[in-house]
Parts: sequence; C-alpha cells; structure tokens
Amino acid sequence: MVDVTSDKDVAGSDEVFKEVCGLVTRFAPEGMALTPDTELAAQLNIDSVAAMDLVMEIEDHYNIDIPINEIADLRTLGDLAKLVRRHVKG
Amino acid sequence: MDIFDKYATIIGRHDKVLEAGTDPFAVRVDEMLSATEAMIGGRRTILLGTNNYLGLTFDPTAIDASVEAARRDGTGTTGSRIANGNYAQHQELELELAAFLKRRSCMVFTTGYQANLAMIAGVAGPRDVIFMDSDSHASIYDGCTLSGAKVIRFRHNDPDDLDRRLARSPEGECKLIIVEGLYSILGDTAPLKAFAEVKKKHGAWLMVDEAHSLGVYGGEGRGVAEAQDCEADVDFVVGTFSKSLAAIGGFGAANHPRFDCLRFCSRPYMFTASPSPASIASARASLRRMANDPNLRAAIWNNAERLHAGLRQLGYTVAAAPGPVAAIRLPDEATAVAAWNRLLQLGVYVNLAVPPGTPNGACLLRCSLSAAHAPAQIDEVLGRFERLSQSLRELATA
Repeated sequence: MVDVTSDKDVAGSDEVFKEVCGLVTRFAPEGMALTPDTELAAQLNIDSVAAMDLVMEIEDHYNIDIPINEIADLRTLGDLAKLVRRHVKG
Repeated sequence: MDIFDKYATIIGRHDKVLEAGTDPFAVRVDEMLSATEAMIGGRRTILLGTNNYLGLTFDPTAIDASVEAARRDGTGTTGSRIANGNYAQHQELELELAAFLKRRSCMVFTTGYQANLAMIAGVAGPRDVIFMDSDSHASIYDGCTLSGAKVIRFRHNDPDDLDRRLARSPEGECKLIIVEGLYSILGDTAPLKAFAEVKKKHGAWLMVDEAHSLGVYGGEGRGVAEAQDCEADVDFVVGTFSKSLAAIGGFGAANHPRFDCLRFCSRPYMFTASPSPASIASARASLRRMANDPNLRAAIWNNAERLHAGLRQLGYTVAAAPGPVAAIRLPDEATAVAAWNRLLQLGVYVNLAVPPGTPNGACLLRCSLSAAHAPAQIDEVLGRFERLSQSLRELATA
C-alpha cells in the first residue's frame, strides 16, 4: 500500500497530482508515502528512459503531448505534476 | 561536493558488473584474426557482436585502396570540409553514394553519430517539431536536442500513435518524423510504408536512419525503405560507413533541391575534421563491392536464418524475426552479465545490452551476424550457446 500525501504544498493538493501518483505507484516501494517532494530518480528509481515512458502514459491519460525537451529537468513528483498541469490547461 | 557525484549510481552499477568478471563495456581485442575471429584475453574468440554485416573489414581491394589513399593524401585531412579538408575523394564518394541511393544529393560526415547530429540539427530548427520513435538510437536523441526543435516521442513502431500525436500538433509548424529502418538493439524493422502514409496525411517530412539496414535489406541493399517499396516517400536518408561499409563515417541523402545548404548551415558538418583519406577510400571500395556482389546479402541472410532457428531450438527467446541482429532476452541484469561472461569464456563475443540503453527495461545478449561467418562457425556458436544453457540452469538452481 502506497500513501499519497498531497497536502505538503499547494502544487500537490490537486487532482492532477493524485492522478500522477496513481501512475507512478508501481515504482514506489511498499509503504512509501508519495509527496510532491518525492524524488523520481533517487527514491522511485525512475531512470531517464523510464521517465520518458512514464510521460507517454501521462500523455495518453490526458490526451496531451509533452515535449521531451521539458522532461530533462524533472526531479520530483511535484515537478512532474506541475508540468502536466501546465499542458492540461493548454 | 565532487563534480562526479551525479554519476554515483551508475558507477555503483558498473562496479557490480565488474565483480561478475570482465568489463563488458571495455573488452580489449588483442588481435584481429579475421572479420569474424579475434584474440581476446588470450583466447581465440568468435565475434558475434561487431555489426560487420557484410564482413568487409578485411576485403583486400578496400585495404589496398585505403593504403594507397593514405600514401597519396596523408593520414588525416587536418581540417573541416568548409576549410582545408574538402578532398576530391569526399566529393567522389558523395556522388557514388547518391547514385547508389538514387538520390539527388548526398553529404558525407565524419562518423555515423555525427551524421544524425548533422542531419537532424541541420534539417530541423527551433521553430519545428520532431516526432521521434521512442526506441531511437542515442545519436537521434542527441541530434534532436541539438536542433532546438520541440521533440515529441511516439510509441515504438506504432503508426497509429504517431497519427494521434500529429493530429494534436498545431497547424503551421514544419513536422519532421524520424525513425530507423532496423532497430539495432532488438533487431526489429520499422513499418515504414505505414509511417509514410501517416506522413503524407499530415504533410510532414520523413527521415529514416538506415544505419543497420544498408547493404542487408532491399533487392539492391538500399535498406528497409527499398524492401518495403516506399523510398519515394522518404525525404531524408541517413546511414553510416561503420557497419556494412566497414569503415568510419556517415552520410545523409535527399532529393530536396536545397539539401546542400546544410553544407553551410549544419554545424556538425562544418566544425569538425573531415573523414580521413584512408577511411573514405575503403568506404568507396566497399560500396562498389556491396553494390555489385549480391552474394554478400545472401550469405548474411543464410547465417541469420541459421542462428535464429538454432537459438530458438535451444529454447532461447529471440526478440525479433530473423535478421542481421538476434537479441536474446534474459530475465534480469545479473543473469545477463553472468551469461555474457560465460559466453566470453566459451570463446564467443556478443554485446551485453541493459537498461537504460534498452527498451522497456530489457536485459539482452545482442548478437549480430556477418556475411563472413562460415556456416560451421554458426554451428560452433550454437554448440557454445547450448553449453551456456546448461550454465544458466545451474545458476538458476544454485
């Protein structure tokens, strides 16, 4: 069971954050709390290729395209949610 | 803070690989014995991972041409094509390649890696959008980054996914689709004809990297686009000299009347030393041999069928249909590393391929065939793979 803790900051308190957490749950070790500060590489072991594949799933989920130029600087779940939110809003 | 801290994780992984035996990413070849055998670690080893598809690295005509060029033109050009490094041979090779590929123009680059950098960053710019296959080679990723274009990644070999993404893309942008003919890690080919239809529907441009398919696919060896009868829909072809042509260098070719503007617009072409006279000379000789000797293609296909069938018979899972690459799937990285070391001990060199260099986290032993392999060598290799099976069973029960 993974705990989604989204009340750490405003960026994490919305529906997008929760949906993104749903997509990354499989990367999280049992019992890990997912917060906006959770680190994609260091804590979830999501390497550069896995991050691009994850973004593809997110693109399908929201029917959007996120250029890979914008993925390189992603560090945390909060960063990812913020990026998705920007593209969902158009 | 150490400036190399950012590599700590990958250094740790590499250290773990070293604990299992030889470093798979730094194998030292002590002596090349032929196109298919070498001395490695004091052992006569069959080479099954060199991408020497047509086996021309020891072609006597190519060697003579190379030696003669070095004597005539020197060991290096010491300059770029736009300065002092534009030799007659570079232009002769460009004309010969254009004729072979049935294209209006061809440009030669110093390496295959630079061919993709130069072609992609030359053709696309910051106001364009690139749609690239997710399994693309690192040189394609790097070329996309260098271009400054917006880069959208689509699902591997999935024309429907490309279609959806192109449909979402705004009008008014130049759209460049980039795929490979043969994907070098898994050994699968692209459905180029279907991609060409999507390209036409959306008014996009199509670039195909035939690095691993040149000389192997198509009736005349021009690659997968020729084999699928859709060359007319391919706007830009990219290729390398370091596989079938057994030299070093790369090329890009097109029918576009303005294509040659890349000679003064593409930085990876402009700001690097041009290919050495020896390399260009051997590439020209190998191109002539490749164009005039269909037996080379027949030989590699026979070897491919033999190896793929034998591996499957032994119970190995091969990732794609028979072709010049046979990628064997293994369950995890530790098993793959152990299997790779065991094969080297048995006198077979293959490539170890592990994430993130592989798609979907695959751990693979990647084999590549050569026209120069004798059928008896393939049989010998299969015998050693049988012994590997036994070792893997012992490892699993240990």
